[in-house]
Amino acid sequence: MALQSGEKLPMFIGHIWSKQKSRWTLLGLRLLAFLAAAAATLVMVLNKQTKTFVVATIGTTPVNLTLTAKFHHTPAFVFFAIANGLVSIHNLVMIMVDLLGSKFDYKGFQLPMIASLDMLNLALVSGGANAAAFMAELGKNGNSHARWDKICDKFGAYCDRGAGALIASFLAFALMLLISFLSILKLVNSSSHNSHNNIIALPN
Amino acid sequence: MAETKRIFTFLLRFIAFCTTLSAVIIMVSSRQRATVLVFSFEAKYSDTPAFKYFVIVNAIVSIYGFLVLFLPSKSLLWRLVVALDAVFTILLTSSISAALAIAYVGEKGNPIAGWLPICDQVTKYCNQVKGALIVGFISVVLYMLLFLYSLHTVLSPLLLEKS
Repeated sequence: MALQSGEKLPMFIGHIWSKQKSRWTLLGLRLLAFLAAAAATLVMVLNKQTKTFVVATIGTTPVNLTLTAKFHHTPAFVFFAIANGLVSIHNLVMIMVDLLGSKFDYKGFQLPMIASLDMLNLALVSGGANAAAFMAELGKNGNSHARWDKICDKFGAYCDRGAGALIASFLAFALMLLISFLSILKLVNSSSHNSHNNIIALPN
Repeated sequence: MAETKRIFTFLLRFIAFCTTLSAVIIMVSSRQRATVLVFSFEAKYSDTPAFKYFVIVNAIVSIYGFLVLFLPSKSLLWRLVVALDAVFTILLTSSISAALAIAYVGEKGNPIAGWLPICDQVTKYCNQVKGALIVGFISVVLYMLLFLYSLHTVLSPLLLEKS
C-alpha cells in the first residue's frame, strides 16, 4: 500500500498538466516552427538583387557591368534552403498526423518515431542555420587574409533579406528544441504510465 | 552480455574522444607561409571564425569525452550523459557544417562575389584543413551513434518495463 500511494504521486503530478493542454501546446509550437522554417526557406529562395557597376569609362561612354546576387551561387545557402524546407515539411506532416491520425493504431511505434524524427530535424536545421550564418558573416566582414572583399556594402538589400531568413531559421531551431524536448517528455511519460498501470494492476 | 556492452561503449567513446582530439590538433597545427606577387602572407586556422568555432567546439567535446570515460557504470549521472550527448552532437553537426561551408569557398571560390580560391596558393594548409574536416565528420557520425546508443541503454529500461 505504501508503494501504491508513493507511486501514485508522480502520476498525479503528471495528470495536472493534462493530456489535452500538452497536446495543444505541442500543436501550437509545431505550427510556429512550420511558419518560421517556411518563412526562412521562402525568403532565402526569393533572395535576389541586381546591381549595375560602372567599371571603366571609354571616352564619354561608361562601361557597365551588371551583377546579380542569387542564393544558389553559394552552396551553404542552398543547403540552408533545403534544410529549412525539409523541417517545415516535417512539422506540417506532424501536425496532420496529430490532427487526423488518431484513428490509426501504430502499435506503440508512434511516439518513439516522432521523438527521433524531431531530433533528426533539430540536427538538420542547426546545421543549415549555422553554415548560412558563417557564410553571411564572411559576406559581411570579408576576410582580409584571403583577400576576399565584403559584399554587403554593395548588395545591401540581399544581405538584409538573408539576415531576416537567418533570424527566422534560428527561431525555428529554438522552437524545434522545445518541440523535441516535449516529444521526449511525452514518450517517457507515456511509457512510465504504462509501467505504473501494470505495477498497480498486479496485486489482485 | 553486460560486460561486452560495457567494453563496446567504452571503446566507442574512446575512439570518439580520439577523433575529436585529432581534429583539434590537425586544425590547430595547419599553417603555411606563401608569397603571392609581392605579398607574403601566412594562412592559419584562426583567420576564419568558422574554423575557430570548429576548434573550440571540438575541444569542448573532447574534454567532455575524456571525462565521461571515467564515469562508473552504475551511477545516476548517465541520464545527464544522455542529455549532454544530445547537446554536443548538435553542436558538432553545426560546427562541421559551418567549417565545410567556408572550406568550400576556399577551395572553389565564389566568382560572383569576386572571391578567388586560395587552395592553389596554400596547398599544404588546404590539405591539412581537409584532413581535419574529414576527421571531424567521422567524429560527428560516432557521436550520433553514441547518442542513439546511450538513449537506448538508459531510456529503454523505462520504456520496456512491461510485466
